[in-house]
Formats: sequence, structure tokens, C-alpha cells
Amino acid sequence: MSSPLARRLRAYGLGLLGLVVLGVVWEVYKALGPAVGVEVGGRVVLPRTSDRAMPHLTDIAGRLVQPALGRSGDPLWQVVGHACLFSLRIAAIGWVVGVVVGMALALLMQRFRLAEAAVLPWVVLSQTVPLIAIAPLVRRWGSQIHLGSHAWDSQDSVAVIAAYLAFFPVAVGMLRGLKAPDATHLDLMRTYGSGWRTTLLRLRLPASVPYLIPALRLAAAAAVIGTVVAEVSIGLRGGIGRLVIEYAQAAGGDPAKPWAPIIGAVLVGLVAAGFVALIGLFLKPYRRSEVAA
Amino acid sequence: MSATSVDAPAEVDSVPVGAPTVPARVLAPGRSVRTVVAPIVFGVVFIGLWQLVVAGFHIDPYVVPAPSAILAELVDNLGSVTSGAAHTGLNALLGLVVGTVVAVVAAVLSSVLRILDLLAAPVVAALSVMPIVALAPVLYTLYGASVETARVLVAALAVLIPVYVNTLRGLRQTRPVHRDLMRAYAASSLQQQWALTLPTAAPYLFTGLRIASSLAVISALVAEYFGGPIGGLGKSITSAASSSDYPLAWAYVLGAIVLGLVFYCVALLAEVLATRHQPGART
Amino acid sequence: MTSSTEALRQAQGTEEVHDTAAVHVAGLDRVFTSKQGSVDALSGVDLDVAPGEFVSLIGPSGCGKSTLLRIVADLDAPTGGTLEVFGKSARQARLDQDYGIAFQQAGLLPWRTVARNIELPLALHKVGKTERKARVEELVELIGLTEFAGSYPDQLSGGMQQRVAIARALAERPRLLLMDEPFGALDEMTRERMQNELARICRETGAAVVFVTHSIPEAVFLSDRVVVMSPRPGRIVSVVPVRLPGTTRDDALREDTSFFAAVAAVREALHGTPPAGARGVENR
Repeated sequence: MSSPLARRLRAYGLGLLGLVVLGVVWEVYKALGPAVGVEVGGRVVLPRTSDRAMPHLTDIAGRLVQPALGRSGDPLWQVVGHACLFSLRIAAIGWVVGVVVGMALALLMQRFRLAEAAVLPWVVLSQTVPLIAIAPLVRRWGSQIHLGSHAWDSQDSVAVIAAYLAFFPVAVGMLRGLKAPDATHLDLMRTYGSGWRTTLLRLRLPASVPYLIPALRLAAAAAVIGTVVAEVSIGLRGGIGRLVIEYAQAAGGDPAKPWAPIIGAVLVGLVAAGFVALIGLFLKPYRRSEVAA
Repeated sequence: MSATSVDAPAEVDSVPVGAPTVPARVLAPGRSVRTVVAPIVFGVVFIGLWQLVVAGFHIDPYVVPAPSAILAELVDNLGSVTSGAAHTGLNALLGLVVGTVVAVVAAVLSSVLRILDLLAAPVVAALSVMPIVALAPVLYTLYGASVETARVLVAALAVLIPVYVNTLRGLRQTRPVHRDLMRAYAASSLQQQWALTLPTAAPYLFTGLRIASSLAVISALVAEYFGGPIGGLGKSITSAASSSDYPLAWAYVLGAIVLGLVFYCVALLAEVLATRHQPGART
Repeated sequence: MTSSTEALRQAQGTEEVHDTAAVHVAGLDRVFTSKQGSVDALSGVDLDVAPGEFVSLIGPSGCGKSTLLRIVADLDAPTGGTLEVFGKSARQARLDQDYGIAFQQAGLLPWRTVARNIELPLALHKVGKTERKARVEELVELIGLTEFAGSYPDQLSGGMQQRVAIARALAERPRLLLMDEPFGALDEMTRERMQNELARICRETGAAVVFVTHSIPEAVFLSDRVVVMSPRPGRIVSVVPVRLPGTTRDDALREDTSFFAAVAAVREALHGTPPAGARGVENR
């Protein structure tokens, strides 16, 4: 079994098997574990197994097709699906903005070593600021801004937070990529009398692709994370983040419900990563030596 | 012993005695000045401008407080900020340790048994693209909202992914010449792991740790927003914000930034030490 | 000679004199198959290396010299023919640690100091701590790097790293040394110095050596016999015995007429035909 197709099928099959194994472990623990969980040294180490705390997998799956609110209305999976699309759209906008800003910063930092020295540490530091604290701030600032006829709304604030998380891997990854060409290649361009811009277009940009693609992937995941967390913090209606909070509050009587937006969040993340993988396909000739971020 | 035909030590390979060849990574003095001074100057200028803008335009603390106000609140509430930081920091540290141990063990097992790698792939992929903090509410339900376990687990999961991925990569970076050497020595697989594979992976592990370190703090903090017992910077930020004491809320945010920085710097130091003599995952 | 090398010599001398060749190769084939087709890396190779003999393998790229060395080291398996190392299979010889090996890249472990790198095979084979320490000290002195015993590979030049690799190959006093272009990455001056060193070490330890090289003067300087190989398919074209005056291989030897004659002989064998108008080297 060594053909690429066979190997790929085997990989998917084993992946599926892995998920099944996880499901089996869940149910076995639920059947065997104590209802109050397992404590070690004063700390709860294994979860509680009552139906309230740990629903059966079948319950979780079944809940998806039941109405989201009350006894009638759209089924849960539909509500979650809409929220997924809503969040995905915002995450996409945030991703695009973050990628543009990240690339611009990377170009700036590569061009001027002083800029790199001055700015890069602060870029790194920016990621230690808890998003959840700046999200309301961004909304407040945004409310003072008017972009033409478009009034700033909460969605824009969420997109800004998504961009805030997304720009970092792009800035760092692209900078590494722009600095990646061999000294010999740079010398070669110099002997051709190429200025910074020509060297950038002909050498640095193509050389940076293997670094850029993994960075874009990270940025996509980061944009999704930023979107969800910002939605929670700002309380934006219509997104997955809001559902996570809402359903968590209802978890007492409806333990399977909070799992639905989690599944949704995973799907959003996977779609975002898949989209970047597609971009990667187009840039294949430049990717012969891909470097993990 | 008769004099060897190798030149006397003073001329061996043109290197003076006692001085090993200087590694190429030594910074020239001018460069290190720039690396240290420039960001500090940038930061000072930024904060200075911030202060001026807030004071000059009489901006409401509701929008953004002045750095001086934040600093004042920090000084006034230092005890509370540090205890909050210690609380969140402990959760983050526990999460970091648990996540790293699990990730390293899993990576070693996955490198030895390919099938485990394939079995775990979907879980790893799902965890790497989703906001881990979204699991916080269900974890509070599973473990109860009166214990810290959910927060530690959120941090641990956030740490698990980068450490697992990086360590697994490192375990696969052994050079062919080294593998030939181990085979020529008829080394057992265990000996090969110990003498070659694990040391090769060590720098990659530390790179993963560096990435994971500030993630652990942020995850532990954001998990506090979703519930759980009182204590920790996240809870303090929300309570200060809800009582409209914005400079205080920012003081707690500053505490969170410092906490994240401490974790990051320690991990960075560890990474630099681990990659002293060998190339690692960083360029 | 130090007492340690004396002891070594005695240890080698008190062994029963075997007629068993150090390396015995008969009709060896190695075919590589890939999507592009198959390559005859080695075809019908016969070679015997006597105990204590220094044999060089020389030839253009693709002639199979490195492949042959790797097969002797049991790092690769032949597709046909027989191979015996000290009368055993290559695998058994590897498991019994009958040989030491040095590669073109020194292959030092970057996280170990010079001393710990040399110690590696001894540690892997459970040699006791005091014995290890003594042997490492001996070897570090042998290669002239005593001051650098605590240095790391990234602090050493290429020549120094290669010396450490050779010391490591000698750590367990092997009866056979396998060396794959160990001096290939070094500059000419360092190379000649290393050749002097190696010749001295081999004379003192009495090990058999199979040495792969690209350089004709290097092969002639070091060897008792030079095995000339050629590619497509990889095979032995001729074996040139090297007869040089005296037993010491040193810089003076490089100026000797017999040295140049031997070099010319090997070159002839490599090119297949004698160069036009060759009359040997003029006396200076």
C-alpha cells in the first residue's frame, strides 16, 4: 500500500479511527467514572460524570437537530450554522486587514534595521495584552470614528481585534522570509545594480513565500480566535462567541447545548485553515522549501 | 610522546592557544546598542505622546486613561495586582507544566509509532484552529465552577498544541550522518533516542515553549471571564471596569502584560541556552 | 612510543595470526532501483584487505566507492555476492563493533564537548567510567587537542572537528577503520597535515584501513594498495600496489621520485591509457 492515494486514505481512515477512539474513551469514562469527578491532592483532575455535567455523545448529537429555543423554531444546528457564517465573515475581514498590516510592518522592518530594532519588541509585547481587555476599548474608540457614510459598529470592533491577533504571525513570519535569501543571492542582485525595490520583487518576496504560507495559516487561526473572544467580550449578537456565552448560561438545564457552538467554532477554524491551504496551492512553485512557522 | 607532526598548540590551524574559534553569532558592539536602545526610545516616545494627548485634549478616562493615572492606580493597588497576577500566574504555570509534559510524551510516542501520529491528527488540527477559551464554559460544567481546574486545562490545551507540533518536528530532524553513526555503533533504539533523537529535539521543544508561554497566561486569564471562582487578574479587570474605575482596570491589564512578559522572557532565556551549541528551530 | 601505544601493539601482536582477511568481498553487486530506472552502483566487485593493510578506493563520481564502504559497514546491503569482515557477516562485525568509521562530515554531536564526543562509542558500549576517562585523555592527546577537550564542535575549525571524528573512530581500538573521504572538506595544507597524522596513527595501531578518496596523492601517500574504480557499472578497474622507500610516511616522502611515479601509475590506471609522451618525472 504505497501509492499516494492509498496512503492518503489510510491517513484519513486512521484520523477517523482516532476520533472514534476519543468517543469511546468519553463514554467509557462516563460509564465508569465517579459522579463527582476524581480528586488528586485537593485538585479535581478528572471530570464529573453525571448527565448534567457530562452529556452522552448521542445527547450532544441529538440536541443539534432539536429547536434552539423553546419547542419550535430553527433547529440548533441551523442557528449555530448561521452564527458560524457570521463569525467567519468578520474573521475573514480581520484576517485581510491583519495580513496587510503585518506585511506592511514586515517590509518596514526589513527596509530599516532601526525600525526592526525599535518596533519588533513592541510587536511581540502587543500579543501579551489580553484581548478581552482591549475589546471594549476598541468599541469605545470606534464609536467616535465615522468612515464616510459607514458608522462604526460592533462588528468592526470585532474585526479590529481579529486583525490585532492576525497581524503578529504575518509580521514575524514575513520578516523572517524577507531576510531569508542567501548572502550569495543578495550579492548577485547587487552586482546587477538592483536597488531595494527590485531586489524585493525579484528575490526577497519569492524567497519569503515558504515562510509566508505557514504564517498565513497561523493568522487565520488567530483571526478566528480573536473574533470569538471579542464577540464574547463585546457581546456581539449573531456570532459564535455570543452563543458560547448564552448557551453556557443555560447549561444547567440543557447540558448538551453548549457543545454545539464549540463544534461550530472548530468548523469555522477548519474552514479558515482550509482556505489558506488553497492559497498555498496556487503559490506552489515558490514553496519548494517550506519552513514551518 | 614524540613531537607530533601537528604544529605545536600555538599554531594549530592558525588558532591561538586557549582561544576556541569565536562563534559567528557574536554581535558587533554597534548592533547591540541599537537593539537595546531603539525599542526603549520608541516606547518612551509612545508613552510620552499618549500622556500629552490625554492631558492636552482632556480625554475622559472612560475612553482612555493617561499613563500617569494608570501608574498611580498601580502603585496604590500593588498588593492586589500582584496577588491577582500570582493567582492567574499559578494557573498559567500549572497549565504550562501539564501541557508541556503531555505534549512531549505524546510527541515522543508519535515519533516512534507513526500510527499514533495519524490517530491524533484530527484532534491536533481541531485544537490548533479553534479558540481554546471557547471550551471554558463546558470545562466549568465538567469540573465545577468552584475549582480552578477548568482554567488550568484551558491553559494546558493552549500550550499542548505548539509544544507537541514543535517537539514532533524536532524529533524528526536527526541528521543522516548521525543516524549512520548510531547504526555503526549498533546502538539500541533506546540508546539512539537518548543519545541522538532527544537532544536533537530539545531546541525545538524550547521554541515551542517560548511560543506557548505567553499563550498560557492569556488563556488562563481569558478563561476567568467565562466563570469560575473569584481571584485572578481577569476577574479584577471585569470588576474594575464594571465599577467604571478605568485606570484601575488598566492597572490590572498592565499587571497581565508584565506577567505574560515574565513567562515569555524566561522561556526565551531557556531557548537561548538550549540552542547555544546547535542550530534549533529559530533562524 | 607511549606505554599505551606499546600496550596496543602488544595486544595486537599476541592475537593468533589469522589468515582471515580483514575484509573479503567476492562478486559483490549493488543495484539501486528507482522511478527513473535502475543503477548498477556496484557490479562484480572482488577485493581482499589483509589485516593491517591500508587500502584506498579511488575513482570518479558514481564509481561506487562510497557504496562499497557503506556495504562493508553494514549501513547498506548488497543485492548479490558475498562479503565477510574478519570472517563474519558484515552485520555480525557491526554488532561486535569490529570497525570504527569516519565520515566526510565529521558528524560530531553538537551538544557534546570534544571529550564527550570521543567518549560516545565507549559510553554506548558500557565501558566503565574510569576506563573511559583514561582512554579519552589518551586519544585527545593523540590528536593534539588537549586544550580543547571541553570545547564544543561549533567552536572548532573543520580540521579540528575531523580530528575529533578520527579519535572517536579509534576509541575502541578497532582492527578495521572505514573512512569515507574524511579530509574532503579541508584545505590542502590541513589535508597534508592530517594525512601525516593518520599515517602515523595507523602505523602505531596496526589497524586495517579502507579509505575512500578523490585525491590521487592522498591515496598514494597513505596506502599499501590503491584500488581504482570506474562507474556505470561501478567496478574495480585495477589495483595499484604502492611501493615507497622506508616505512615512514612524512613530508619528505612527498618529494620523492618514487612517490611521483606511484602517483603517475595511479593516474594512468584512472584514465585507462598512459598519457602521451610520459617518461616519468624529471629529476630536479
